[in-house]
Amino acid sequence: MTDLGLPALRSGTESVPTTDEKQTGKDFTSDQEVRWCPGCGDYAVLKAVQSFLPDLGLRRENIVFVSGIGCSSRFPYYLDTYGMHSIHGRAPTIATGIATAREDLSVWVVTGDGDALSIGGNHLIHTLRRNVNMTILLFNNRIYGLTKGQYSPTSETGKVTKSTPMGSLDHPFNPVSLALGAEATFVARTIDSDRKHLTSVLAAAAAHRGTSLVEIYQNCPIFNDGAFDAIKSPDTKADAIIPLVHGEPVLFGAPLEDGRGAKALVRDEETGGVKVVATADVAAEDILVHDAHNPDPTMAFAISRLTDSGYLNTSPIGIFRQVQRPTYDDAAREQVASATTVPGDDDAADRSARLAALIGGGDTWTIL
Amino acid sequence: MAAGRARAPTAYALTPRGAHPTEAVRHDPCHTTGVEVVPQGRKARSALDRRLSSLLVVAPEKEVKQLDRVIIRFAGDSGDGMQLTGDRFTQETAAFGNDLVTLPNFPAEIRAPQGTLPGVSSFQVHFADHDILTAGDAPDVLVAMNPAALRANLGDLPKGATIIVDTHDFTARNLTKAGYTENPLDGDTLAEYALHTVDLTGMTIEAVKEFGLSRKDASRAKNMFALGLLSWMYGRPTETTNAFLAKRFAKVPDIRDANVAAFKAGWNFGETTEAFVVRYEIKPAKMAPGHYRNITGNLALSYGLIAGGVQSGLSVFLGSYPITPASDILHELSKHKGFGVTTFQAEDEIAGVGAAIGASFAGQLGVTTTSGPGVALKSEAVGLAVMTELPLVVVDVQRGGPSTGLPTKTEQADLMQAMFGRNGEAPVPIVAPQSPGDCFAAAVEAVRIAVTYRTPVMLLSDGYLANGSEPWRIPGLDELPTIDPDFATEKNQGSGDDAEFWPYLRDEATLARPWAIPGTPGLEHRIGGLEKGDGHGNISYDPANHDFMVRTRQAKVDRIADSLPPLEVDDPTGDAKVLVLGWGSTYGPIGAGVRRVRKAGYHVAQAHLRHLNPFPNDLGEVLKRYDKVLVPEMNLGQLSLLLRAKYLVDVVGYNEVRGLPLKAAVLADVIGGLVADAEGIDVDLTPASIQQESHDD
Ligand code: SF4
Repeated sequence: MTDLGLPALRSGTESVPTTDEKQTGKDFTSDQEVRWCPGCGDYAVLKAVQSFLPDLGLRRENIVFVSGIGCSSRFPYYLDTYGMHSIHGRAPTIATGIATAREDLSVWVVTGDGDALSIGGNHLIHTLRRNVNMTILLFNNRIYGLTKGQYSPTSETGKVTKSTPMGSLDHPFNPVSLALGAEATFVARTIDSDRKHLTSVLAAAAAHRGTSLVEIYQNCPIFNDGAFDAIKSPDTKADAIIPLVHGEPVLFGAPLEDGRGAKALVRDEETGGVKVVATADVAAEDILVHDAHNPDPTMAFAISRLTDSGYLNTSPIGIFRQVQRPTYDDAAREQVASATTVPGDDDAADRSARLAALIGGGDTWTIL
Repeated sequence: MAAGRARAPTAYALTPRGAHPTEAVRHDPCHTTGVEVVPQGRKARSALDRRLSSLLVVAPEKEVKQLDRVIIRFAGDSGDGMQLTGDRFTQETAAFGNDLVTLPNFPAEIRAPQGTLPGVSSFQVHFADHDILTAGDAPDVLVAMNPAALRANLGDLPKGATIIVDTHDFTARNLTKAGYTENPLDGDTLAEYALHTVDLTGMTIEAVKEFGLSRKDASRAKNMFALGLLSWMYGRPTETTNAFLAKRFAKVPDIRDANVAAFKAGWNFGETTEAFVVRYEIKPAKMAPGHYRNITGNLALSYGLIAGGVQSGLSVFLGSYPITPASDILHELSKHKGFGVTTFQAEDEIAGVGAAIGASFAGQLGVTTTSGPGVALKSEAVGLAVMTELPLVVVDVQRGGPSTGLPTKTEQADLMQAMFGRNGEAPVPIVAPQSPGDCFAAAVEAVRIAVTYRTPVMLLSDGYLANGSEPWRIPGLDELPTIDPDFATEKNQGSGDDAEFWPYLRDEATLARPWAIPGTPGLEHRIGGLEKGDGHGNISYDPANHDFMVRTRQAKVDRIADSLPPLEVDDPTGDAKVLVLGWGSTYGPIGAGVRRVRKAGYHVAQAHLRHLNPFPNDLGEVLKRYDKVLVPEMNLGQLSLLLRAKYLVDVVGYNEVRGLPLKAAVLADVIGGLVADAEGIDVDLTPASIQQESHDD
């Protein structure tokens, strides 16, 4: 990672044992047959994760993947690590238990838009605010796949699906805005088909100590094909993707003669948010420079609002926010450790003696 | 009690013998009579020591009557500190060496409208010179701090009971709030009781004058005045209360001193007033030798969970969401991080159990604590623990239901929920404690089963056990089982380079699967809610495999019975034709009811189930030995239903769902009826037929 100019920080995987053994993607591939629909975006993400994990250099037995229910939640079965395919929406709770119990584990959650934002919405926001050390990969295909095509909490209003023949009435969630509202410390968005960007975001997310939320735009060719065409098609993507790079001015669109994108983000005095302007029309110093490390999430939130809530024609992609805050699990372990630092505590005999003292405490009397 | 009745709600003079009020206050209740008090901190004393010291503190001019048992109920507004008063009286009584059982009863609202019937909070303590089983059916003494407390509790009093009333709050406004049109202290409505009208509040304010508190703060010490008076009346040792007050209010010396002064003033008032001419003595009970403390069910259960962690060498991880009446377990465990206990207050019930399951997967002892509504929310996750076969202890402190029901009242109507409240065939072992102190052993047993058999276990306590208390013989650690987590460390299938780890290859004896925790090299595996293939544990939709796995999960739970001792049946002469079978907190009232019937000369057997799933192996045989089986429960017959279904035995239910413990007298009548039926005899349980003056409830 590039030097971000921050004080020396604890990395997300710092307490996880490493290995010198050379690992390859194959080491992380289980013997189970992968069973997603042909062309599903999940394949690309699985491949990217399998080939990225060796980069971490962690011992395989110290990696745990937890998922909920949905197409993407089959993910753990295909990775040769420890894993649990749990129940609908609850993966963050199980991961919280694992991450709090064991500092020496690298904990990952795989979830989808229905799993994380509908049935599990409560757990997601509370995990984010607690900042438990884990990385959450939120596969957003804007549809329910496993239950065969109902609209999801990220589907655009008016979406015609099996359960909404006259169009859905719900206003969708923007997962990034939601995470920022919950004061998540690491929030990023990437795309299933952009292996390079996806991998760089995974690396940053794994390195972050705390809850990293990574929204992955994932195409479901069966029930919501083309949902992300605008940001994937070579013809349109320059105008559709607003790339966020910490410390860089936010520019996009077809390049001008000087190589800068034709469009730029500037502060919008009227709304207090940000807006898109023609780069040529503004002074270079007025163009917004992306600051993912700003402790105040307001600007990151303003940028997240540039995501279309209807059909996706424009969307900021990259790391919105990456700040340091103490993690719940570190603090919980510290409390336990500080309460147990008495001489010879780890000694089982000592614990028994203290148990005898505990239950034998209070106002007691003896019958002879 | 032969005290004269004061008709008008006026205060007794604080100093009938003309002493200056503050002089009386300065007297130490124990030192006024020149008695040497056992110093605080010297805890182990023989019962005889304590009996002697209590005898000596009696003022010579007061008559002393011997009693074998007393039931006192402290009642007041929920802001009056009645729970604390009852608790302190209980500690004094425990320290004195009586056997005792308590029954707190408080409203669901934290502060219901002051002075109203719904706002009444009470604490009943039953203590005796012999072993007792219940908090008593009807109080002998009621302390009522306001009109509402009098009105709410009067119906429970037998004729002749003593009533001590704080007259201070008997104003027109408060009388109306309590629904009285006339002051019951005037007129003859209470003529059948021994009524003592005392301006407790007024005397308290007078007694604490020197501390310069506001009138409101001063009057708040009235509960300590009442405690002092009752402590005098029943010869309770005072050092535990003085020590408690010193500690509790250490940071607010004025309040501390006022409470201590009020407590002493209450004692001295009893000593000096002519209104109370009799003191009572209840000798210490003969209890089995051992080291004792008084303990509530929630505290004992918390200690049991900690002990389960120590005995298994596992760190306890509690994932919980606050809910009445289980929250105290979360509070207690959060104080014991020194035992490696992690407490996680989750965003909801589901997150609590989810985190506990995660911790178990990671190699800790996952525990979640809740009440009935919380169990409903956790059901799906408990099913996941059944499927993934991970250790998990689910504590359900049952309360009145359905829905929000009666949050602060007791019931045992979650048995079916614990047994069957999940989708699919999802057997879960069930363990139930029978008394507050027994919550400790029951919790250790739940941990043993969960860890040994890799399964979620339901621990069914209830609101009565949770808040009720009793003297508890503190067990030695050598009495506790050693629990072996037996983590898997090796591949278990095939050999050499082809060796694999199969997460569902079972232990032949217990049918438990191996517990391989993350961080163990070579044993990487995936588990989840989908059906597992036998042995290898990969997803399997094979019909025969599903049938086999469903039966195997059931067989594993059934097999727990092989590790249980035979059911203990109490049938002293072996002549009984009627068996009374219970579970959970009905143990006390059932035992007391059985004693009454036996005292009247009849035969009845008693057995109590600690394990509701699986049942002990010999239960069917025990049931068939008796002509009639009575099953009293605080539900509409849930255990009855299970027994009838499993053993085809025509058990007779006795069922009440009043939010209160069953009454021994009522049960005795029911048992008597069955004995009459079964033996073809007349059964007479009227007091005359029972040789003793009082019942050993
Ligand atoms: S339904 Fe859609 S998301 Fe699910 S596996 Fe098929 S393509 Fe992928």
